Amino acid sequence: MDWIFGPFADPATARALAACIALAFGGAPIGVFLVLRRTSLIGDALSHAILPGVAIAFVFAGFSVLWMTIGGLAAGLAVAILSAAASRVTTLREDASLAAFFIISLALGTLLVATFGTDDELLHILFGKVLEMPDAALMTVAGVATATMAVLALIYRPLVLECFDPGFLRSAGLTGALVHFAFLSLVVLSLVSGFQALGTLMAVGLMMLPAIAARFWSDSAGGQIGVAVGLTIAAGFLGLVVAHHAGTPPETTIVLTAGVFYLVSLAVGPRGGIAGRIVRLRHLEA
Amino acid sequence: MNAAVRLDNVTFGYRRHPAVHHLSGTFEAGSLTAIAGPNGAGKSTLLKGIAGEIRPLSGEIALTGVATRDIAYLPQIAEIERSFPITVLDMVALGGWREAGLFGRIGKDVLKRAETAIASVGLSGFEDRPVGTLSGGQAQRALFARVLVQDSRLILLDEPFAAIDSRTTADLLAILTRWQGEGRTVIAVLHDHDAVRTHFPSTLLLARECVAWGPTVEALRPEHLLTARRMCEAFHDDAPICQAGEGHS
Repeated sequence: MDWIFGPFADPATARALAACIALAFGGAPIGVFLVLRRTSLIGDALSHAILPGVAIAFVFAGFSVLWMTIGGLAAGLAVAILSAAASRVTTLREDASLAAFFIISLALGTLLVATFGTDDELLHILFGKVLEMPDAALMTVAGVATATMAVLALIYRPLVLECFDPGFLRSAGLTGALVHFAFLSLVVLSLVSGFQALGTLMAVGLMMLPAIAARFWSDSAGGQIGVAVGLTIAAGFLGLVVAHHAGTPPETTIVLTAGVFYLVSLAVGPRGGIAGRIVRLRHLEA
Repeated sequence: MNAAVRLDNVTFGYRRHPAVHHLSGTFEAGSLTAIAGPNGAGKSTLLKGIAGEIRPLSGEIALTGVATRDIAYLPQIAEIERSFPITVLDMVALGGWREAGLFGRIGKDVLKRAETAIASVGLSGFEDRPVGTLSGGQAQRALFARVLVQDSRLILLDEPFAAIDSRTTADLLAILTRWQGEGRTVIAVLHDHDAVRTHFPSTLLLARECVAWGPTVEALRPEHLLTARRMCEAFHDDAPICQAGEGHS
């Protein structure tokens, strides 16, 4: 028992867990929708895209939570808007234009950090420091989670329609563009908040891995969101415990824990997992 | 008020090549019209144009009694993400979303209508099944049920019976006739001339240009069908610019 709950006597670890719980409610539903839209890699691309904004803020204001949040949001939204707009006015599909813009953004960001910062600071931005989160960062994560859930509740039906039958949404007069953009903004928001805790590279891991794993456990969108939230919290909890005892970096340990959850789901998940292909149950009468 | 569609010298096309060429005429309010013609005759393009998905290259479409966004349009190949986890009942109930609004709750009334619609397309018992588990024909019937729930004055159906067995086709054809009885205007693209002759009072025979438009018996006369069959499908890269004036039809 003490092995499991002992680490949380340290306030830093307890705060890290609080951040993971907030990330679970804010990020996991977004991850599930990214998977359902077959755009799982967009999260990854946008997580790279926020780097130059964070870097510029860092150059001018140091490790200021407020400015790094604003910078990350601005850069992420700029890439999202530019690529969505480029795909709507040209023949290029969204994935191609996003790939182009995010890589420009990533190169720019790395250049800025490399020129004005140190390697240590670059590592901090890329991988985060979940055990050293200032109050402002924790509040940002919690605030974004609250806002995300509120907006998702509001746009849930049009979002489902946009994923499931975009033609129908179009024919009913409301262009998918608006819903599409609102959703991309939520992705960026979620990544910017995740970056406060886990860094830009690892934030996307905690958003996507539980969401992808959830597909093996439930047939409904709501069910998948529930499973993903639960898995994210469990990954944060277990990851922090293991990192505490093994002395490994907590951010990557949390993401690897989520990775283990995914591999287990892939193997034994009741909805299309590999075990179901090997163990063949006898068929029914009708 | 019943919905009518008036086409005034309309040309639809892709990259300046006409797919529907100088078409004029009216789908009367409360009419049940079949659009027939060979592959590539512009049938689907015309429906897309009426539904507002594509804009005419020239000419005008005038809708009376219905707004573009209130048209129920069932495309030939719906862009449906079949792997999306949504049940048949939820999918059909989405047809009532204009009443519920974008954000409002789907009411009991809409759910009840959805259940009735599911029953009338012969899908009772499928309410809680994920859409991804339906066969092609069953999925088409579910989409038909959604059109029922949409309760529109103008209904556009593109090849609605393409993958459907004869028993269900008969059921759905009966629904079409019932819609006309309720004063709705129905336009359907169909290949099965026998079904057109038995169930559709009027027909537009299209072969890029209008071959015949009127009572089905007239429109589907052998000489008209022969003319339609002679249509050349391919576009010419070096086709001259069309000089036909406003008066041409």
